[in-house]
Amino acid sequence: METIDTSFFTEERAGSFNTVGTSTERADARGHVTGRTQFYEDVSFPNTLHLKMVRSTKHHALIKKLDVAPAMKVPGVVRVLTWKDVPNNWYTILKLIGVGPDDEPVLAEDRVRFIGEQICAVLAETPQAAAEGAKRVKVVYEELPPVFDVEEAMTSKPFTNHGSNYYIYEGHNCRRIRFGDVETAFKQADHILECRYNSAPIEHAPTETTGCVVKPEGNGRYTIYSNTQALYFTLDNTALILGVQFNKLRMIGGTVGGGFGGKVDVIVEPIATLGAMLTNRPVKYAYSRAEEMQVSSPRAAERFYIKDGIMKDGRIFARKITLYVDAGAYCRHSTYGTTKAAAHMPGPYTIPNVHVDAYCVYTNRTPSSAMRGFGVTIADFALESQMDQIARLLKMDPIEFRLKNAYRDGDMKAHRKEVEGAALVEVLQAAAKQSGQKLSSEFLAMSSYGWGSANGKA
Amino acid sequence: MKGSVVSITLNGVERETLVAPGTTLLNLLREHQSLTGTRRGCDQGSCGSCTVLVDGKAKLACLIPVETIAGSRVETVENLALNNELHPLQQAFVEGFATQCGFCTSGMIMAAKGLLSVNPRPSRADVIRAISGNVCRCTGYESIVDAILAAAAGMGKPLKKSA
Repeated sequence: METIDTSFFTEERAGSFNTVGTSTERADARGHVTGRTQFYEDVSFPNTLHLKMVRSTKHHALIKKLDVAPAMKVPGVVRVLTWKDVPNNWYTILKLIGVGPDDEPVLAEDRVRFIGEQICAVLAETPQAAAEGAKRVKVVYEELPPVFDVEEAMTSKPFTNHGSNYYIYEGHNCRRIRFGDVETAFKQADHILECRYNSAPIEHAPTETTGCVVKPEGNGRYTIYSNTQALYFTLDNTALILGVQFNKLRMIGGTVGGGFGGKVDVIVEPIATLGAMLTNRPVKYAYSRAEEMQVSSPRAAERFYIKDGIMKDGRIFARKITLYVDAGAYCRHSTYGTTKAAAHMPGPYTIPNVHVDAYCVYTNRTPSSAMRGFGVTIADFALESQMDQIARLLKMDPIEFRLKNAYRDGDMKAHRKEVEGAALVEVLQAAAKQSGQKLSSEFLAMSSYGWGSANGKA
Repeated sequence: MKGSVVSITLNGVERETLVAPGTTLLNLLREHQSLTGTRRGCDQGSCGSCTVLVDGKAKLACLIPVETIAGSRVETVENLALNNELHPLQQAFVEGFATQCGFCTSGMIMAAKGLLSVNPRPSRADVIRAISGNVCRCTGYESIVDAILAAAAGMGKPLKKSA
């Protein structure tokens, strides 16, 4: 392996770095290797109640009847929580930064929208009693046709609580980019290549399952031991859902046994905290491995249509992208992920005509949410697959084809932001060198700098 | 059904515990003995996070009913750095950046200790086989295998300082 090349961005390295470039022991490594690191489930309190969730067994159905009485007859069952117990049952995770509408219930009311959706919570003296109680709750469903395909969902009868199966961005049906004129440019292009790219949902499968323990304190506050990756989202959302002041809740966490974005949602804490409030006892809500796999939010499935107009010399002249992000039954962080995807288009290339429609679509699948680079990772799979397809079509070297279209400082991006700090050319040159691939002199001489505006492109 | 008293030698000390029938070793360690260094990842024998040594052999604590190992010696991760001095495996994991979230670490180290007790000079393939039942979702396995081999070689890799 080559050492770090320090010849780039010298002006950004003005200070003296003491740590970058050296190896430093992880602050938490000794705790990890000795087993002393405290995960949320390592705390335990006397008198704790165990919460077991009754979940939807249908993809999409009306709840005609919910009978919790049989559960209450199980020895050890203390209480069953339904939506009627939740002060503000409808919420959305990002509401504190102005995202709306509230599209998800903490506990289902008259309808379930995916398999595994939370219906009611059984609180019991032991995990066994809670599980037995959950088994005895009677739910009578009237099944409705589910929709699993994003494009079908766009034209299906809306099943959300807000009247459309896609998210409305400031009055528009999708996130949009309009730059130049793709339709005219397609007519002028030498080649047209249109491809479809699909991805499946991906589960994070952290070794530690999602969960929390909530303890009522003597001062009237509640301490929430959680493995959330988002302590403040969780605190704020829980307080809003329960209708209490933020200072009633104290979050202890930050130690996450694998997250990868899968523990950013606010699902277990509000209902466990409600249980602690209504019983005045500590409550533990821990996903089993099966629950983790079935109901925790995966990375969204995405579908891309990419249509490119390409000139004979290898320049991409126009790019039109239609993206459908499968949010599943509720939007969670997928509205944001879709925005990120739109912001990532049309890839790190200077293209004079760009048209993007990025839809965040509701289906009856498990709600998707954050996962490592969500919105961007699958976009790059689609965009870079498309780049390879075009290189093959033009019989060009794939690295040289990318260099030909690489954005450089001073270029105008489709979002009307001038590029600064570009390094794609240099990265591609270094990658070619390290992999022993010869570039022609034209491409070896290229630089991300001293290029001028996009209009001055030679 | 009534509970029964089970005696096991836990980290060198004989302990008697009153357990309900079917209580797993994992529950005994975590709930009765507060030895939470042994982690519950899946509770179904598929992730390896709860690996401990039973009579010197690496076993999954979540699959063992305590009554079936009465009289056995059980060793957990808490027994490795008793005098605040890290065991060579622990030292190698720290120096080799073989931990990330840390949740699989206890199980990895105990699986490795089980291996080294019968095979002090394992090949890379031996190490991979020994931890093949242990899932890591963050770091990847290379740094873990490297750390175990480094520990076996009797030395942790020294921290590299850049020039």
